[in-house]
Amino acid sequence: MAKTNNNGEAGFQLPFERPIVRLQRHISELESDQVEQGRDYSSEIRQLRSQYVSLLRKTYQNLTPWETVQVARHPSRPLVQDYIDRIVKNFVELHGDRCFGDDKAIIAGLGQIGTERVMIVAQQKGRDTKEKITRNFGMAHPEGYRKSLRLMKSAEKFSLPVVTLIDTAGAYPGVGSEQRGVAEAIAQSMFRMSRLRTPVLCVVIGEGGSGGAIGIGVGDRVAIMEYAYYSVISPEGCASILWRTGDNAPEAAAAMKLTARDLKSLDVVDEIVPEPLGGAHRNVTEAAGNLERYIVRALRELKRVPLDNLLEHRYARWRRMGKVAVASQDTPQPQHAEQ
Amino acid sequence: MGENGEETFQPYDAKVFAGPAMRRKRDVPDGLWMRCPECEVMLYRKVVTENMEVCPECGHHFRVGAGARIGQLTDPESFEELFTDILPADPLKFRWAGKSYAQRIRKEQEKTGNTEAVLTGIAYIKGRRIALGVMDGDFLMGSMGSVLGEKITLLIEKATKEKLPLVIVCMSGGARMHEGALSLMQMSKTSAALARFDEAGGLYVSVLADPTTGGTTASFAMLADVTLAEPGALIGFAGQRVIANTIKEELPEGFQRAEFLLEHGFVDRVVPRSELRSEIARLIDYLVR
Ligand SMILES: [Zn+2]
Repeated sequence: MAKTNNNGEAGFQLPFERPIVRLQRHISELESDQVEQGRDYSSEIRQLRSQYVSLLRKTYQNLTPWETVQVARHPSRPLVQDYIDRIVKNFVELHGDRCFGDDKAIIAGLGQIGTERVMIVAQQKGRDTKEKITRNFGMAHPEGYRKSLRLMKSAEKFSLPVVTLIDTAGAYPGVGSEQRGVAEAIAQSMFRMSRLRTPVLCVVIGEGGSGGAIGIGVGDRVAIMEYAYYSVISPEGCASILWRTGDNAPEAAAAMKLTARDLKSLDVVDEIVPEPLGGAHRNVTEAAGNLERYIVRALRELKRVPLDNLLEHRYARWRRMGKVAVASQDTPQPQHAEQ
Repeated sequence: MGENGEETFQPYDAKVFAGPAMRRKRDVPDGLWMRCPECEVMLYRKVVTENMEVCPECGHHFRVGAGARIGQLTDPESFEELFTDILPADPLKFRWAGKSYAQRIRKEQEKTGNTEAVLTGIAYIKGRRIALGVMDGDFLMGSMGSVLGEKITLLIEKATKEKLPLVIVCMSGGARMHEGALSLMQMSKTSAALARFDEAGGLYVSVLADPTTGGTTASFAMLADVTLAEPGALIGFAGQRVIANTIKEELPEGFQRAEFLLEHGFVDRVVPRSELRSEIARLIDYLVR
């Protein structure tokens, strides 16, 4: 079986992955029969494996936007902790916002990626139930954004580039979150990130959920992993408003153009980090390798730019965001209503 | 097309964006008389309008459109609108349930007489020249898409270049879904422009009117040097229904109202509509050299 680990097979499967899993199972059965019965199925196995690879390729090349969202939320998809474990050397986690508490939905600290020493800010959803609760499912309160900003200012002071890894369904919609000003915390974070005098690199690795995501997403470069998504509202939320039922989430996902490829064509992201065949959850090592190579290359490029130019380019990058029509003589102005 | 002329925007998106408060406006029927939803007194509509759309009995602040707001806030005939050439596009070719964003935009334009959910320009407040942005809550819920972000950013850049005090009256249901991530990006775009304005020493006063929620709150609404709010205005990030569904509890009394934000330290002053003009003029005199 083409490079697999246990992540892909374990328990949970997405509906469109069922034929793939069936094929996988068939192959493993033949493999164990071969051992137990001492018979030679090697040619069948070889054939099935090539079938498996082409089915995987075909399925993942033709994912609908909604299927992409499901891959981005796959329970076995690598989380930022998985990437930190694989690509960050000597990670030193730093805690607390110095105002209220330590938000565990955001992991932040010092580390080395390639040969670069960096400040890392990353949203961690949690793997098992216990960790999910500790991490609040990766949904940060205002103190998460304030911790993140505090450490980014530290990075600026000590001339370390900032790398943010985005993976959240959104900022936490709760009473305490509102009381302590989650809107202000997100706004302040974007405001300051846009002027940080150090390179800032952001990568959406799973879910880029609305304000909660962009709250740590203002950088010189914004990349997205191949099957991650980035959206103004969840497909379910959009569907429940516009279609009046969450059942239309697949249509909403398609309408909002939230996949990596769509976002690249809308200039929302600068680059797509490729994932292994069949998604990051099938080969975490390979996914981490791709992410590391991207980060190392982008940081090397950004570090060459003098800081004043870097900030000019950063502003210009964000200044371009959006698509509007500009009226010319030929564009009819809308009729003003009679009042 | 499933679009029929009867469909109105107000009851449609209202509930999800901000809970019951969003529907308040519907309590005011068109006609000679209206009932105040706060004190329930029957009021003569003309009297309310002459009182800046504030209930003369209890001080309840009704919502005002962008045009009326500019009239209330600025010196007569002083508003010079800018960036009128920036118009909405339909970058995603957004369709839903037999409707299209392009159609919806046209309908909102006909309804409000404005091209988008914000008016931007130069105006005078008691003789002081300012860069002014006023959001129009009637236009697709005052939602922020590419045009709103662009016009606000152009306004901030003009204020930066000409060293003008900047005043933005916020009134918004949040980021606009119909433009997807492009709407989300307007949060950062406007915040980045404000950061440069701030570095240049500019004064920014934001006025938060009912309602100011979602991506608007989590960007330029909350980045002012002085943040004013109208009495009773709903101000928050997440919608009340979303929060109630998440925490499965009743929300506290007065939650996300202007007074609640004042209590928790997120607005500087709650200012009645009738006093906004003089408050802003006084702030300019204190802070602009
Ligand atoms: Zn009243």
